[in-house]
Amino acid sequence: MCTVCGCGTGGEAVHSHDHGHAGTGYRPVAGGALHFGLGPAGVHVGGMSQQRLVQVEQDILGKNNGYAERNRKQLAGHEVFALNLVSSPGSGKTTLLTNTIERMKGDLPIAVIEGDQQTSFDADRIRATGVPAIQINTGKGCHLDAHMVEHALEQLPPLDKGLLLIENVGNLVCPAAFDLGEAHKVAILSVTEGEDKPLKYPDMFHAASLMILNKIDLLPHVRFDVEKCIEYARRVNPDIEIIRLSAQSGEGMEEWIAWIRREMRALEQTLPVAEREPA
Amino acid sequence: MHEMSLAQGVLDILQDTARKQGFSRVKTVWLEIGALASVDPEAIRFCFDAVTRDTLAHGAELDIVPIPGQAWCMQCCQAVTIAARMEPCPVCGGYRLQVTGGDEMRVKELQVE
Repeated sequence: MCTVCGCGTGGEAVHSHDHGHAGTGYRPVAGGALHFGLGPAGVHVGGMSQQRLVQVEQDILGKNNGYAERNRKQLAGHEVFALNLVSSPGSGKTTLLTNTIERMKGDLPIAVIEGDQQTSFDADRIRATGVPAIQINTGKGCHLDAHMVEHALEQLPPLDKGLLLIENVGNLVCPAAFDLGEAHKVAILSVTEGEDKPLKYPDMFHAASLMILNKIDLLPHVRFDVEKCIEYARRVNPDIEIIRLSAQSGEGMEEWIAWIRREMRALEQTLPVAEREPA
Repeated sequence: MHEMSLAQGVLDILQDTARKQGFSRVKTVWLEIGALASVDPEAIRFCFDAVTRDTLAHGAELDIVPIPGQAWCMQCCQAVTIAARMEPCPVCGGYRLQVTGGDEMRVKELQVE
């Protein structure tokens, strides 16, 4: 294996591509670490040319993560519990949301951020339940990012001690990588989609704390192996929790509502004592 | 295609760094991409060329440094290397793995002038 970049396997270096190792100042040192020059600002100046090397060491998602942390702080300041709901299109996210809102809106303030490429159909469905909803149209985009959510939060009325539900763009790939500042990602998988989805889209099920198996009222009509699906989900995420429900028939909804309440209490325990409600 | 957002993120980092460190051209970008990062190296290469057109990194070489996926196997209590999230522990065959590394995407270093 190449000790500089890690390419190739076994004992042999495989260099079908050009790294430009020579003359770039790479210096493998003990323990496999690499030093690129230890001058001011970590800059190594090349010998003959005006070219130099600049160490950067920055996460590509650093900017998004910065916005996400800002959102998280802002939400914590108002004791808002935020969930990021992710799934493929047509898994029943919006029906799950409207059903959840109907059951919880009497107890606490709720708001929704809806992400879709186009249309405000979903936000319209949410507003029909009487809670505020902001539609984000991503246009060509395949996911929500934390900056979009920050702007959506500016538009929403204050939501103290409430529940913020963020319905991400229907897509089992890209939203996995983007932290929005939520407490948890919740992956929704409907039984019409096939039990192998957790293995086909492992990043998403790895990123989620909870998997909701939706449309279980359709189980008698489809070939879907629930146990296998759960086993697959735990392969990519041993800690994932699972709730089976039907947002349409209402079966299993109580367990989901209880999960939200439990996690809201858990988040509250992590807040500084001054921000908690007196006992 | 979230690789476009990621490539834009790389360009943002290049522009920020250029302001701070005072350079005007980027010749080579070393990008560390973990085997478990949710990004396709070929897609990011394509997107990088697209977003850097007519910028300080126009025509820059993108050198992707692969980082192996690391996990802790809770069954056999040791660190193991895996190529994908759905893979079993190469030692015991179990699936109780906690990913510990190889999910990063970082701009590691730049060659500039």
